[in-house]
Amino acid sequence: MLETAHEVLPEWRVSAGRRLFRLATLLLFAVAVLQLMDALGVTTIGFSNWRPLLYAFVLWGVALGGSQVLARGEPGQQTVFVLPALLFTVAMVIFPTFFGLYMAFTDWNLNAESGHHFNGLDNLATLWGDSYFWNALGNMTFYVLTVLVQYAIAFGLALLLNAEIRARKFFRVAFLLPFMLSPVAVSWMIGKSIMENRFGPAATFARFIGWENPAFFTSPWIAKTSIAIMDSWVWIPFIVIMLLAGLQALPNEVKEAAKVDGAGPWQSFWEITFPLMLPVSVTAVVLRIIFELKLADIVINVTAGGPGGATDTISSFVYREYRDRSNVGYATMVAEIYLVIIIVFVTLLLKMVNRFMQKMT
Amino acid sequence: MTAEAAARAPSKARPQDTAEAAPWKRIGARVLIYAALLLWTFIALFPLYWTLSTSFKLGKDVTQGHLLPWIDFAPNWKGWQSLGLSPDTIFATSNVRDEFLKRFLNSVIASVGASALAVTIGSLAAYGLSRFDYKFGIWRNKDISFFFLSQLILPPVVLAMPFLILYKQLALLDTRIGLILIYTLMVLPIVIWVMRDQFDTIPTEIEQAALVDGCSIWGAFLRIVLPIALPGMVAAFILSIVLCWNEYFFASLLTGFDAQTLPVMVASQTGSQGINWWSMAALSTAAIAPLVLIGVFLERYIVMGLTAGSGR
Repeated sequence: MLETAHEVLPEWRVSAGRRLFRLATLLLFAVAVLQLMDALGVTTIGFSNWRPLLYAFVLWGVALGGSQVLARGEPGQQTVFVLPALLFTVAMVIFPTFFGLYMAFTDWNLNAESGHHFNGLDNLATLWGDSYFWNALGNMTFYVLTVLVQYAIAFGLALLLNAEIRARKFFRVAFLLPFMLSPVAVSWMIGKSIMENRFGPAATFARFIGWENPAFFTSPWIAKTSIAIMDSWVWIPFIVIMLLAGLQALPNEVKEAAKVDGAGPWQSFWEITFPLMLPVSVTAVVLRIIFELKLADIVINVTAGGPGGATDTISSFVYREYRDRSNVGYATMVAEIYLVIIIVFVTLLLKMVNRFMQKMT
Repeated sequence: MTAEAAARAPSKARPQDTAEAAPWKRIGARVLIYAALLLWTFIALFPLYWTLSTSFKLGKDVTQGHLLPWIDFAPNWKGWQSLGLSPDTIFATSNVRDEFLKRFLNSVIASVGASALAVTIGSLAAYGLSRFDYKFGIWRNKDISFFFLSQLILPPVVLAMPFLILYKQLALLDTRIGLILIYTLMVLPIVIWVMRDQFDTIPTEIEQAALVDGCSIWGAFLRIVLPIALPGMVAAFILSIVLCWNEYFFASLLTGFDAQTLPVMVASQTGSQGINWWSMAALSTAAIAPLVLIGVFLERYIVMGLTAGSGR
């Protein structure tokens, strides 16, 4: 933390700062009221969109920063550091979240002529009886569990990269590359061409090892696994990089001590490396689970949730609900419920992890 | 005496045994390590090779499963011709190329714009959180940091629909500005994470000295801290570029024609059945090429961005 000097501000600066802030707030309110009245048909200024309000908000933000510096001096200058990011995030997240809550309780359909109406808990009732939703939630459990497999493979690869090898740089870059590619490109490269049933190299290989009519996306469990494989291909490098950084940060004495003790590689891994790597591992796995909960692009582009919803994730399900039926009211309800589930799940996960880590140390 | 010697002999012989066996064991281990490394290199690179080589294949080369150029198939520019990017069509007019370049430019603008904005406001916030004590109502530094980081768990689907409606009202639908704003929101938590870690490693003594000399906190930040933190900013910037470049969900929902990005173009092609493999492969290759180049030449920064805060 930095120590900063205190200064006494002249009276005019303080009052000017306050006046600036009041003026900007007044302007923001005036624009908001005018736009609202115009939208409700009370006045006929004829705004074509709500942009004036957006500009007024940006202006208000700038004025808030200026008034902080004017009226509070040094502490105000400190506040200005964090203010832009804070105002930006609040405006971009809080408003849509609350607006989304409103949408979730309407029968809003973009194609409907009659507009949208409040329909109470109807969407919730639909959701409760929607087998596609529960199915997608079940699939999410499967996808999240595959993170553990990814972690195991990634740990192996990180150990390999950490061994005394030549051309380490080459292998590191080669291992990283899948992470750089867009899931959409991966969907075509792997899902639609390599795993193509007739000519794809994966199908050829499958025939070679004795699978007569290879089909990667027609039976539910094989389709799910295929999606998980593509997803792993993209994300394993992410875990490898985090684990490798952890391995390289391990103190050398620890490894030497293990060698002197005459412990075999297997034993020294389980008794020394693995426990020491636990904090990094937990961070990597938790982050990875959080990203896995957003899985959508590959599913949308390769199977569109099929066959019969077997590969659906919540995100791809919501995406189809909007794309195919323009049913934004119900889609938003599903998304909001999913958000609640995620928050509860991640909170529990972090609590569990914390308790586990405390027990270990 | 002899019994003693006999008893000692095996115990002496054993280390010798292992010393003799060790080279073999070590070589065996080496071979295994390199075999495993090469296997995974193959897994990681084969799809890239496949896509690149398919963009030079004709239909019959694909159906017959040919893999090696010049050996079992003759490379052909057909895929690149359909994109207007082959040597003989590069100077001719091509609608597909114009469309591709437009999408490419949109992707560049959206990802560079969002990354620049996120790194700017994210670095400021990260510096503030790393150096000063804030108190906004009941909110302290820890709460503000948590607020920023908690945005990471917010799935895009939650924001997508409300943004669709709001952007329509704000006339931001299908604009690059709209994309830049939402991408900034998406990468901001990551930028703040990386930059906070970066600022935490810079000792405060230098700034303290500058402050004593009469420098303002903004002056100290811009003139002293920023140059030291530059590598971290580059890392955050490049990581953001990668994430924005690959983003598909928002791009496909919030853009229609004008602001459409490259992933949306690629996806719209995969949807149509019976598309030529060679042109699809050429399009995919062109779409991923910038990122492969970033991965090869700027790997250091990506790793730096991803490992911020861990392993230390």
